[in-house]
Amino acid sequence: MIINEALSKSWSRVGQRATFGLVMIELATEIDDLMVISADVSTSAGLDRFKSAYTEKYLDVGIAEQNMMGIATGLASEGYSVFTTSFAPFQTMRCCEQIRVNLGYMGSKVCMVGLASGLVSGILGNTHCCFEDVGVLRSIPGITIITPADCAEAAKAICAAQRHPGPVYLRLTGSSRTPIVYGDDYDFEIGKAISLREGSDVAIIANGMMIHESIVASDLLEKAGVSAAVVDMHTIKPLDTETVGRLLSKKLIVTVEEHSILGGLGSAVAEFLSEFADRPPLKIIGIPDSFVEIAEYRELLERYHLTGETIARTVSGAMEKLH
Amino acid sequence: MESGVLTKSLIRDIEDMAARMRKSALDMAFSARGSASHIGAGMSIIDILAVLYGGVMKLNKSDPLWGGRDRFILSKGHGVLGYYAALAEVGYLSKKDLETFEKPGTFLAGHPVKNLERGIEFTNGSLGMGLSLGVGVALAMKKKGNANKVYVLMGDGECNEGSVWEAVMSAAQFKLDNLVAIADCNSFQLGGRNEDIMSVGDMAEKARSFGWSAVTVDGHDAERLYESLTASYEKCKPLMIAAMTIKGKGFSLFESDNRWHHAMISKSQYDSLTGELERPRQL
Repeated sequence: MIINEALSKSWSRVGQRATFGLVMIELATEIDDLMVISADVSTSAGLDRFKSAYTEKYLDVGIAEQNMMGIATGLASEGYSVFTTSFAPFQTMRCCEQIRVNLGYMGSKVCMVGLASGLVSGILGNTHCCFEDVGVLRSIPGITIITPADCAEAAKAICAAQRHPGPVYLRLTGSSRTPIVYGDDYDFEIGKAISLREGSDVAIIANGMMIHESIVASDLLEKAGVSAAVVDMHTIKPLDTETVGRLLSKKLIVTVEEHSILGGLGSAVAEFLSEFADRPPLKIIGIPDSFVEIAEYRELLERYHLTGETIARTVSGAMEKLH
Repeated sequence: MESGVLTKSLIRDIEDMAARMRKSALDMAFSARGSASHIGAGMSIIDILAVLYGGVMKLNKSDPLWGGRDRFILSKGHGVLGYYAALAEVGYLSKKDLETFEKPGTFLAGHPVKNLERGIEFTNGSLGMGLSLGVGVALAMKKKGNANKVYVLMGDGECNEGSVWEAVMSAAQFKLDNLVAIADCNSFQLGGRNEDIMSVGDMAEKARSFGWSAVTVDGHDAERLYESLTASYEKCKPLMIAAMTIKGKGFSLFESDNRWHHAMISKSQYDSLTGELERPRQL
């Protein structure tokens, strides 16, 4: 799929979830054996148009995520290219055993799409927030995990996941009217991080909505005399260790994720860095090990230091400690 | 191999196959030596498997990957003693393969691992997941206009898992009359009798209440099993066969004694059980 400015703009207005529905319509015209399975979330996943245009390629299993993963595996074994979707906690943890056996152990080619992950559902409470999905799935062998930075990257990742031979978890975050990171077409490859900003002092490795915030942070830091690189680590597993390995000469490495500080991007980078004797310190920015308060999205991002300004402040603080 | 017509000789062939399978299963359990195997649940399904693999299912003995095959899913994955014995009867596994059962490096683990070249359609062992797989495969068959059937063998204890009932509900919703679930009702689960732990009650009645066709049969009567699996049922409804079985069936030592749920067989026990198998069958 070729991205252009107009597409990127129109997708960013509707957000990653609705973009998913729109991209599936495109894919349905190309892929005969495509199947999209929803656990009673067609509207939330932006699939209402898809559902009426491609009745044969759509299946609703009702509110039954375990069954959804089994059915997806059965269809995949007969050659279908299957996408499943529900809200992120239900798409990942409600059916975790099915994911482990059917997708991990058996290696079934199914792409799971977790909706509204992170903190965007803050006002609905912690049942609907999701900051453990990456940690939980990352420990299961064989599952590729992708968190796209914006709607254009979500579209790229959906197409890449469809071509990928194994199971994928696509973690969609943000609300509607999401910031644009990728306005024009670019090369997206699963497992290959993208350097968005060069910088000599600090390297900020982030993904999802935290890419835009990290770019804002990088601008603020620049004004304060700190040169901060920004890397889009859209694929958390397999981690692009080659790219991380090139950042060892920085004074500080920072990871930023809309996820628990346990088990996610920060953990993955820390696991890799721990092998090196000579390496910069690592600051992991994310949600602390606790359930979050009930609040609006932006407020929660502020509270957990996940906005451009708060990220810049945290990075400055960490830099000061170095001296 | 096309599914056959019910004749006395076919039934006799199936019964002979079941007898050979019990011997294979016993040999596998004994040869595993230091490692225990699921004896009770392996033996209770042997007659069901003999009817499926020896008569009902469309298979190609020389090509396990043949597209026209009926699909079989062992949802109660711990029933491998019966399953591997059936695959050996069809020719997908060799006697030598069976000798590797539960030995380090084997592809015949204590629970089946997907291996299409050897006729194993799916990985199973975590209970309550096979019927959902069957629903997915049955949907695929319908979509492709493929007339094949999908058979899922479950345990009665397994039906404690809530995911089974998600799948039961969906099979009726999707009108999967190409899906057949067989519940091996051997009345026991790991910890004891179903009625003392968690009873599913009348399996056929429950399935009917979900919109399935359902029959209850003697799970060791090849003729009844064959008839119930090949009879005509209402269109648009999946079929549940509640097969009443005896855990450990075929060996006096094992029958309805849950100590043989997962156990090892000693040399003297093996010798006496083999002798039991060799005694002429009552005609």
